[in-house]
Amino acid sequence: MDDLIKEFLVESIENLDRLDSELVKLESDPSSQELLGSIFRTIHTIKGSCGFLGFSKLEKVAHVGESLLSRLRDGKLKLSPEFTTALLAMVDAIRTMLGEIQSTEADGTETYPELIETLNKLMNEGAQEAPPKAAAETPSPKEHSKKRSGESPKETKEAKEIPTKSVTQAPVTPSEEQAPPARPAPPAPSAGAPEETTAAQQVQDSSRSREAAAETVRVDVRLLDRLMNLVGELVLTRNQITQFSARQSDANLVGPTQQLNLLTSELQEEVMKTRMQPISNVFDKFPRVVRDVATTRGKQVLIEMEGKETELDRSLLEAIKDPLTHIVRNSVDHGIELPDQRVARGKRPEGHLKLRACHEGGQVLVEITDDGAGIDTNRVKNKAIERGVITAQQAARMSEGELLNLVFLPGFSTAEKVTNLSGRGVGMDVVKTNIDRVNGTVDLQTNLGIGTTIKLKIPLTLAIVRAVIVQSNGKRFAIPQVNIQELVRLDADRVKKEIEAVHGVPVYRMRGRLLPLVYLSEELKLAKRTGSQAGEEDATNIVVLQANDHPFGLVVNEINDSEEIVVKPLSKQLRGLKVFAGATIMGDGRVALILDVVGLAQNASLLSEGRDRVLANENAEELANQERDRIEKQTFLLFAGPDDARMAMPLSAVARLEEFPAANVEKSGGEWVIQYRGKILPLLRLDVVLEERRTRQRHPKGPVAPDPLQVLVCNDEGRTIGIVVDRILDIVEDRAEVKLPAVREGIICSVVINDRVTELIDIPALQKIAEANRTLSIQPAEVID
Amino acid sequence: MAQNQQFSTFFLDKFMFGVELEKVQEVIRYLEITEIPLAPRVVSGLMNLRGQIITGIDLRRRLELPDRPEEMHAMNVVIRSADGAVSLLVDEIGDVVEVNEDSFERPPETLQGKVREVILGVHKLDKQLMHVLNTEKICETAETVAAGVTP
Repeated sequence: MDDLIKEFLVESIENLDRLDSELVKLESDPSSQELLGSIFRTIHTIKGSCGFLGFSKLEKVAHVGESLLSRLRDGKLKLSPEFTTALLAMVDAIRTMLGEIQSTEADGTETYPELIETLNKLMNEGAQEAPPKAAAETPSPKEHSKKRSGESPKETKEAKEIPTKSVTQAPVTPSEEQAPPARPAPPAPSAGAPEETTAAQQVQDSSRSREAAAETVRVDVRLLDRLMNLVGELVLTRNQITQFSARQSDANLVGPTQQLNLLTSELQEEVMKTRMQPISNVFDKFPRVVRDVATTRGKQVLIEMEGKETELDRSLLEAIKDPLTHIVRNSVDHGIELPDQRVARGKRPEGHLKLRACHEGGQVLVEITDDGAGIDTNRVKNKAIERGVITAQQAARMSEGELLNLVFLPGFSTAEKVTNLSGRGVGMDVVKTNIDRVNGTVDLQTNLGIGTTIKLKIPLTLAIVRAVIVQSNGKRFAIPQVNIQELVRLDADRVKKEIEAVHGVPVYRMRGRLLPLVYLSEELKLAKRTGSQAGEEDATNIVVLQANDHPFGLVVNEINDSEEIVVKPLSKQLRGLKVFAGATIMGDGRVALILDVVGLAQNASLLSEGRDRVLANENAEELANQERDRIEKQTFLLFAGPDDARMAMPLSAVARLEEFPAANVEKSGGEWVIQYRGKILPLLRLDVVLEERRTRQRHPKGPVAPDPLQVLVCNDEGRTIGIVVDRILDIVEDRAEVKLPAVREGIICSVVINDRVTELIDIPALQKIAEANRTLSIQPAEVID
Repeated sequence: MAQNQQFSTFFLDKFMFGVELEKVQEVIRYLEITEIPLAPRVVSGLMNLRGQIITGIDLRRRLELPDRPEEMHAMNVVIRSADGAVSLLVDEIGDVVEVNEDSFERPPETLQGKVREVILGVHKLDKQLMHVLNTEKICETAETVAAGVTP
């Protein structure tokens, strides 16, 4: 392909991307001369180059767009959403044509007559609808002042700012206004080839841009990829040489080796930098995406972006582009409600979508937050059962968070209506697979009626990572350093003292907090080393790891060096193994596996996310998983029951927390009730239904409830009941691991939540007790004094 | 005139097997292998093939033959698959043989079970039968096996 055409393509495609976001921005700030000027110039340049290169069809489209834009710029037309839509359509058409040129070197056969007509119509219609401005051929005061403001600071401003240039062209236009096709001709040479203009200021301008151009070079991405691969291999070789030289004492070898070491690290860092790109490359496409989706669905959405300058490896950027676009679309399409629905819910009519990117602990964090409807876990549950993804029994055992994670399963979509944008059953699972593929994580948080936040954590780069090499039972494994919090070494005698057990589960007390311990040899079912029981008498090494905000200690036999390793993916035969993130070749030429910390934690049941994998795979494993499921993390509502008993129930079972003045309580058939939202809400008093267990006497006249009453409104099998508790304590997320069988009726079991023994209440059982009490009427309900 | 085809042959527990020659990248005597904990039995481990990490599949286990005696070092037949190179661990390497399509026969109906899907058929050679293996299936099924075994 002709170099000239190639250059034109690269430049134009880049400009078009910018155009998308500029047009959307313009919609919110229609009077910005700067934006209009910039948009106009881009189209103008494309048009000019097309004429030059002989792409007449493309020129025609660009020409109509340019005419429309020039009127907008001159204030003869006012920007309305139709204009933006038409202009965006024009950008799309140009993009298609450029694509055509790229593959065939011709601008295709499509001439876009409809688009041209629309643009022309808009131009003429707009002109009629806005006669005061269109008729302003003799400069109106406003026009006049603008002209002057454009002209007077010209000398000073021109040198600095390009926009003024387009403004100064304004005086030419009025006279030629009735014949738009003729108009663009004069400025073509100036803007089409700005560097060649003779005006003194513009020479200055162009020399400036040339200076900037001299400092950057366009490089083929494939070349960068190759460089990166080579550096990866170089790092490996460097590692081999360093290891070899460590055993040598020859200064002639050791010195240069050190030098090689340093140089390689530096080279690697720099090469890595060449591949870093700001996330704005992806983010900048979103205003357009949001606008498109919002317009077709009749929604109003404001998009806010933060941390656009955050950089990450371009291969990663490429990898997260589609998932991110999907999430953004989803948020607008399904998350954010229609304006009237929003108003009805007491929100502002326009939805808010926020994108945030930042570096966090060697990773890139991308957060997409909307203030839409949130995800209804009940709907998720029903859908999942309906589609046969899970069984009803499984669903009943799942926590809110686990239900939410079901949306990541293949073939799952909660959209009631399938739109052409999203909700076709492919969606979040693709997002998750794509993010998983780059060793990233997806986290979904939702608040029904308030909004949804999706957090993506993505590693900075894929290829080379710093890792600590550990050994267990004679086998080596690499752990990426980003996952490691600290290393702890315990002597043999301290091991006995300081590794304790909570109900058989080993823990280590680290700075006053219990750290669950996972033995690598057990997790990986490594064959015991011949001879002594490894780890029993030896010192114990604990690698403190962080998996999705949950620290845990990994017990290994030995902790070796930290090393730069080149991560190689596992072949597809091994992708099912979540405990490994990949493999690497060590300095001695042997292969070592890289541990996946999150996978390891899941394997050890420290995290519950492993579930969906199990679910997706096999229902047959259900039984085996039951035990594990129960100890998975849940969100609990902690409250104080009678006699300050610490109690909890899963938050998912609580519909609302309410306060009622004690005076509102009424009695109906020996039962406490209260009027609540136009219905009668039966109240269940824990102090009445729970069997006493302490020796102290209760209040002589029966329990006295605090005023106001603290009530947990729960839905139990279609019935709404209120549970009266003493105090609401907290909402915590916990695994509630340690269990004791219940000591009294109405309690499922005792668990340890937040390091304290807590009773889990059993609502159906409590209701049964209450019913029994009522029918026997042995328990007179006391009215509050 | 029927087509002639070349096969790279090897032996497993006295049986002769063949894979299409163009599928074979190279044949290597012995490579040090890193075992993968929790991996399915048929995956014997990872190997460093000149800086490239390849997965080894124990063909004896894949074909449900008895395990290789411990003192016997496995040979590697490295084949190209859709997902990069994969090494098939075999007992002994044989010659490259050229056969005519006429000598091919589908496996008898009495051959049942999981093995049937990886054995395309046999070529009737003069001295013995050469089992023709479906290399794609060998790699593929290892994958599904892996998924099933995942704890």
